[in-house]
Amino acid sequence: MSFFFEVLLGGLLAGVMYTMVAIGFVLIYKASGVFNFAQGAMVLFAALTYVSLVERGIAFPWSLAITLAVMLVLGVLIERLVFRRLVNAPPLSLFLATLGLAYILEGFAQTVWGTQVHGLELGISDAPIQAAGVSVSRFDLFAAATAASLVAVLATLFRATRTGIALRAVADDPLAAVAVGIDLRRLWAIVWGIAGVVALVAGLLWGARVGVQFSLSLVVLKALPVLIIGGFSSIGGAIGGGLIVGASEKLAEVYGGPFVNGGIETWFAYVLALAFLLARPQGLFGERAVERV
Amino acid sequence: MNHSPLLEASHVSLAFDGLVALDDVSFAIARGEVCAIIGPNGAGKSSMLNVVSGLYASDAGEVQFEGVRLKGAGELSRKGVARTFQNIALFRGMTVLENVVLGIDFRAHATLVEQVLRLGRAAAEERQGLEEAQVVLELLGIAEHRSEVVGRLPYGLQKRVELARALVPRPKLLLLDEPMAGMTVDEKRAMCRHLVEAHEKLGTTLVLIEHDLGVVMDLSDHVVVLDHGKKIADGVPDAVRTDPAVVEAYVGSFGNGN
Repeated sequence: MSFFFEVLLGGLLAGVMYTMVAIGFVLIYKASGVFNFAQGAMVLFAALTYVSLVERGIAFPWSLAITLAVMLVLGVLIERLVFRRLVNAPPLSLFLATLGLAYILEGFAQTVWGTQVHGLELGISDAPIQAAGVSVSRFDLFAAATAASLVAVLATLFRATRTGIALRAVADDPLAAVAVGIDLRRLWAIVWGIAGVVALVAGLLWGARVGVQFSLSLVVLKALPVLIIGGFSSIGGAIGGGLIVGASEKLAEVYGGPFVNGGIETWFAYVLALAFLLARPQGLFGERAVERV
Repeated sequence: MNHSPLLEASHVSLAFDGLVALDDVSFAIARGEVCAIIGPNGAGKSSMLNVVSGLYASDAGEVQFEGVRLKGAGELSRKGVARTFQNIALFRGMTVLENVVLGIDFRAHATLVEQVLRLGRAAAEERQGLEEAQVVLELLGIAEHRSEVVGRLPYGLQKRVELARALVPRPKLLLLDEPMAGMTVDEKRAMCRHLVEAHEKLGTTLVLIEHDLGVVMDLSDHVVVLDHGKKIADGVPDAVRTDPAVVEAYVGSFGNGN
C-alpha cells in the first residue's frame, strides 16, 4: 500500500510542475481571452537568461533579480508592442500573434544565449527523504512549496487588492470595465508582467529538472491537457488539472505500463484530455465554453 | 455660479451604413438639471447617449463637456461623467461592494507592490474607497446586500447596483439609458426616489432616456424629443407635452396616459 501512496504522491508533485506552467496561461486567458502560445517560450527565455547569467559568474541572488526584472520588462513590452495594437482583434488573430511571439522569443533567446544545453543547479538535492514509510524527492517538495507560495501571492493579489478586483472585473465584462474607467492597457501590462514572473518560476523548476534547452518551451504541450481538464479560466482549475494529470499518468504508467510495455506516461494526459473534451468541454472548473481556434 | 452649459451637443450627425441615426442634433444641458431624452423607438436616443459617452464617434458635429470636446470612452470617468446601460453592464460574478468600489478604481494611484504589501497610499485609498462605496450603498438602500454576488440579485436591485457604481465617483453628469426599463411599478417608484435623492443630495446633473412618459414628466426639468434622428422639440415638460410635433410623433399617446 505504501508503494501506491509513493507513486500517487510522486505523481501529485509532478503535477505541481504542470500547474506552474498552466497558471501562466490562465492569467493571460482570464484577462484578455487569449490562449497565449508563447507562455512556453517565456519559460525557456526565463530559464535561459538565468542560467546564462549564473554561468557568467553572477551570484545567484543577482542573477535571479536581473532575470526577474527582464521578465517583467519583457511582459510589459509584449503588451505594448504586440497586444495593444490588436485590441478588438478576433481571438484567432490574437492566438496567431502569440504563436509568432513564441518563435521570436525562442529565436531571440537562443541567438543571445546560444543553443547548447545548460544544467541548472538550484542547490536542492533530489535525494529522497523518508516520512511515514513513503519516500519523497526533496526537490519535488521544494517545487511544491514554491508553487504553493506563488499561488498564495497570486490569490492575495486577485482577492484583496484593488488591481486584482479590477482584473476580475475585466475578465467578467471587458466592456463594462471600460465604461467605469478601468485602464485596460495598464491591467494588461500588469498581467503580462505577472505571467513573465510565473514563467520564470516555472522555468527555474523545470530547468533544474530536465536541463535548460530548446525543448523546455515544449512544456506548454503538457500544460494543454491540464488546461482542458481544469478549465482555461480558473487558477484553481490549473491546480486541480495539474494534480489530476500528474497523479493519473504516474499511476497509469506504474500499474498499466507492464501490460503494454510502458510508455503510457507520454500520452496518458492527452487521452484523458480528449475524454474531458467529449464529456465536459468547459473543464472541471471552467466558467464558459472553450472557444474553438 | 457658472451659467455656461455643462454639456453641449452641437450639430451631431451619425449614420450606420447610410442609415441615418442622428441628423444635426443640437442641445444644451445646464448644470444641475434633470433632462430627459424621449422619442419613439428608433428615434436615436441611445445613439445620442452613446455619442455623448464616446462609445460611438459621430460623423459630424461635436459634444463639449464643461467647454472641452469629449473624445473616447476611456477618459469619461476622469472628467466626471458616468453612465448606466439599458442592459445592465455589471460584473455579474462579483459582489455588490466590489462592483461599486470599481466605480472609483480609476481614481486610485497606489502601485501594485504597494497594494500587495498594503503600504503607503494603498491602505488609505482602499479605506477611502470602501467608505465612499458605503455612503452610496446606504443612500440607495442596498447596503444590506453588499456581500452578495450581483448575478444572483433580482433585476430591480441590479439596476440599483449599477446606479450605485455610477454614482460612487460623484460624477458631475450621469447618463442613464432607460433606468426603469422592465421594472415593476414599485421598483420604478423606488428608482425615481433614488434618482431624485442622487440629484438633490449629490448635486448630480442627470440625463436620462426613458419610455415611461409619466416618469419623464415627474422627474425632469427639461425634455428633448427626438424622432427619426432629428430633434423635434426641446423645452420644459409642460411645453413639450402640448407641442404639436411631439403629439404627432407619439400619435396622441400623451392623452391616453400611455
